[in-house]
Amino acid sequence: MAAVMPAPAASRLLMSGNEAVARAVWEAGTKVCAGYPGTPATEMLEALSAYPDLYTEWSVNEKVSLEVAIGASMMGARAFCAMKHVGLNVAADPLMTLTLTGVEGGLVIAVADDVGMSSSQNEQDSRFWGRFAHVPMLEPSDSQEACDMARYAFELSEEYQVPVILRLTSRICHVKGLVKVGERFAHQPKGFSKNAERWVMVPGHAKRRIPLMLAREQELKRFSDRTPLNVLEPGSDRRVAFVTSGPAYMHVRESFPDAPVLKLGLSYPWPLEKVAQLAEMADTLVVVEETEPLLENELKAAGFAAHGKDFLPRMGELAPEVVKPAVARLLRKEASPAPESATPLPPLFPRPPTLCASCPHMGVYYTLSQLKNLTISGDIGCYTLGAGHPWNSLDSTICMGASMGIALGMDKGRGEADKNKKVLAVIGDSTFMHMGMQGLLDITWNRGNVTVLLLDNGTVGMTGGQNTPANGRDIRGQGAPRIDFRKLIEALGVKPERIHEVDPYQLPVLFKTVREEVKIDDVSVIITNRPCVLIEEFKPFKPYVVQEDKCTGCGNCVEVGCPAIHVTRRDRVLKPSGKEVDLAFTRIDSVACTGCGLCVQPCAPEAIVHYEPVMPRIVVQPV
Amino acid sequence: MPNITNILVCGIGGQGVMTATEILSEAAIAEGHDVKKTEVAGMSQRGGVVTSHLRFGPKVLSPQIAPGTADVLLGFEAAEALRWAHYLKPGALALVNDARLVPPVVELGLFKYPDDPIGEMKARGVRTVSFDAATLARDLGDLRLGNTVMLGAIADQLPFSAEVLLDCIVKRFARKGEQVVEANRRAFAAGRAAAQAAAPATA
Ligand SMILES: Cc1ncc(C[n+]2csc(CCOP(=O)(O)OP(=O)(O)O)c2C)c(N)n1
Ligand code: SF4
Ligand code: SF4
Repeated sequence: MAAVMPAPAASRLLMSGNEAVARAVWEAGTKVCAGYPGTPATEMLEALSAYPDLYTEWSVNEKVSLEVAIGASMMGARAFCAMKHVGLNVAADPLMTLTLTGVEGGLVIAVADDVGMSSSQNEQDSRFWGRFAHVPMLEPSDSQEACDMARYAFELSEEYQVPVILRLTSRICHVKGLVKVGERFAHQPKGFSKNAERWVMVPGHAKRRIPLMLAREQELKRFSDRTPLNVLEPGSDRRVAFVTSGPAYMHVRESFPDAPVLKLGLSYPWPLEKVAQLAEMADTLVVVEETEPLLENELKAAGFAAHGKDFLPRMGELAPEVVKPAVARLLRKEASPAPESATPLPPLFPRPPTLCASCPHMGVYYTLSQLKNLTISGDIGCYTLGAGHPWNSLDSTICMGASMGIALGMDKGRGEADKNKKVLAVIGDSTFMHMGMQGLLDITWNRGNVTVLLLDNGTVGMTGGQNTPANGRDIRGQGAPRIDFRKLIEALGVKPERIHEVDPYQLPVLFKTVREEVKIDDVSVIITNRPCVLIEEFKPFKPYVVQEDKCTGCGNCVEVGCPAIHVTRRDRVLKPSGKEVDLAFTRIDSVACTGCGLCVQPCAPEAIVHYEPVMPRIVVQPV
Repeated sequence: MPNITNILVCGIGGQGVMTATEILSEAAIAEGHDVKKTEVAGMSQRGGVVTSHLRFGPKVLSPQIAPGTADVLLGFEAAEALRWAHYLKPGALALVNDARLVPPVVELGLFKYPDDPIGEMKARGVRTVSFDAATLARDLGDLRLGNTVMLGAIADQLPFSAEVLLDCIVKRFARKGEQVVEANRRAFAAGRAAAQAAAPATA
């Protein structure tokens, strides 16, 4: 993305929470911004990359992004990094020691929780990091607050020399609201001051920093009771008083306009004096917090009779339609088990996400679905969809990069029952560079017997097609050094003859390569090399059609799993052998088809041809 | 909340649901409203369900529309309109493109697509106006005009004049030249006419 002229100060703009944070980071005079994509956090760095006068990067993982921010802060520059909730698990190691050194230039970590799990492997409550790392936590409730708090976070960070966590959720990141924006502030890095006792965390030095960290936390506790970020809103409805933060605040205000509310903008450390004042304002004290009963337990420990997860759901969003009836039940003193899920869907067919028409991953999963006796350790990315229909080809997914170690563990841990099964691992290019490389090294070093499929589509497809070292472009789309996977994998200990690069649209070649490699008692890596449809390297070809008169209804093309293929008619026939067979006659949506040629290959009667025939039949290479 | 208008737009990833809602938001802002717009979408670029909630009025708090409180539903796909019809207030109107987009899980025979989603909505007592946005767009010469047809369809159901919405559309396409603007004006008018023609007697 090329840098653009930012909108002038005082404009009121319709901005998502992510865009608002990016604007604030720019306004704060930040010099260095780093992140790794992940829903719902991705757009913060994306938006920042369009601002002038600051450095932005996609890092290879979240840990590195935080370390980049730390280095910049040591120089006295303001620094920012952004990630999704699980990203902070990866970056937890530097965070837990950064809290001892503290920061020089303001350092803000934006972490976005996927409450409701629209696109994540788990639902985590990042608010715990505040208490765990003894750092302040800011929680905006809408786009304007996201902008104001993100800007303020840098001041707070410098005032207390502490990293500040800005905790967002999907319902902040992806909600658009009106935001009044400000000007960019000129922030000059003070310069690095050499001080080993502060920056070199060996036990002797770290021991001296712990009391400083704890004293800082005490000061922040006092600050929490005085800051206007924590607002006590009195109300005339004296039945229930609420403590809440983030998007849940808006839901509470919407549902109970006249109730007293303590809105936590600084949600760690907790303002216990303000809570005590609130508790006086009504008969019942209720904590409305999404996912974990973190604050509720703390308030109970501090002696407050607080309600919360005894009647509210422990997962998903606490939208008005959830909070309102739940509180009504509490007031009627009904025994009310919290509903399992906050948002039940009406009983209709589901629409699980699908791979794109022409996705190069389809060739891989079609191939894997045709092979028997495999145990396949999967990973995270668009290719996780290989676990679903029609391929059902992945046997596990845990977290980014885990396919490698899990495959090795499967290999080492198998007993008699799995003796004849082959272990495969499937991993995407971005995931491999994020956390997979170390696992592969572990496999080669410890002499594992695993066949790895490295699906190099040249991008992070899952989060919308961001650049990676695999396509040789940086975050702004400018040319950057490109990784050579073959060399890297060889350096990690895989024998050159066990490394294959295959075009995933060439089904016979892919099939043969996988079948041969799993037979060999060694580590093999098969790299697929065709681009994701989202990036500029992808070139669409002429669409195909199914010739109605030639289609025999075998349904083979449906098994490829392309969303452009539709069933027009089903039938059931009795074969001469006496067996009943289901038939599915198909058509191709020529608007969606981009002519990859995958479905052409398993079609025995050659019923699938180009829309306007250009060549007799193209099996292997798309035209 | 008094004086808040709730518009629910639904469809599937890639149909332009989010862009349509964005243009509706711009119109509401032009009328001086506070606006919040939110999507419930997962990995929506790949065929998943998308719902976009738009709320506007003097001051909007929660961005989410609760079931049973939408003033109007704009459905880009027939079964999706059925899926979200219970979000409408009793007696409120659903404007639905009767396109049927069938997902792979249905093609694989694992689930059934309803035979007549629009009929089901009507049977459940939802005031439903349906039309074929794709054909209207194709007749105007470009499938991509479908989005503007949809906006035309909702134009007479807003608490401000249709022209405010049309202005926002025109502004968006102004850069692309007079021809594109003109095509969008026609698509907008076609959507308006289709919704009016199909309106049930009680509307
Ligand atoms: C620690 C962590 N960070 C980020 C994410 C979000 N995320 C999931 S998969 C993925 C990368 C997918 O890219 P790639 O491996 O290249 O596969 P593709 O989607 O292109 O097929 C990302 C960024 C995550 N799940 N966990
Ligand atoms: S975004 Fe790319 S990787 Fe993901 S399904 Fe589409 S083509 Fe495949
Ligand atoms: S050629 Fe077949 S598999 Fe490839 S995009 Fe077209 S319909 Fe899908």
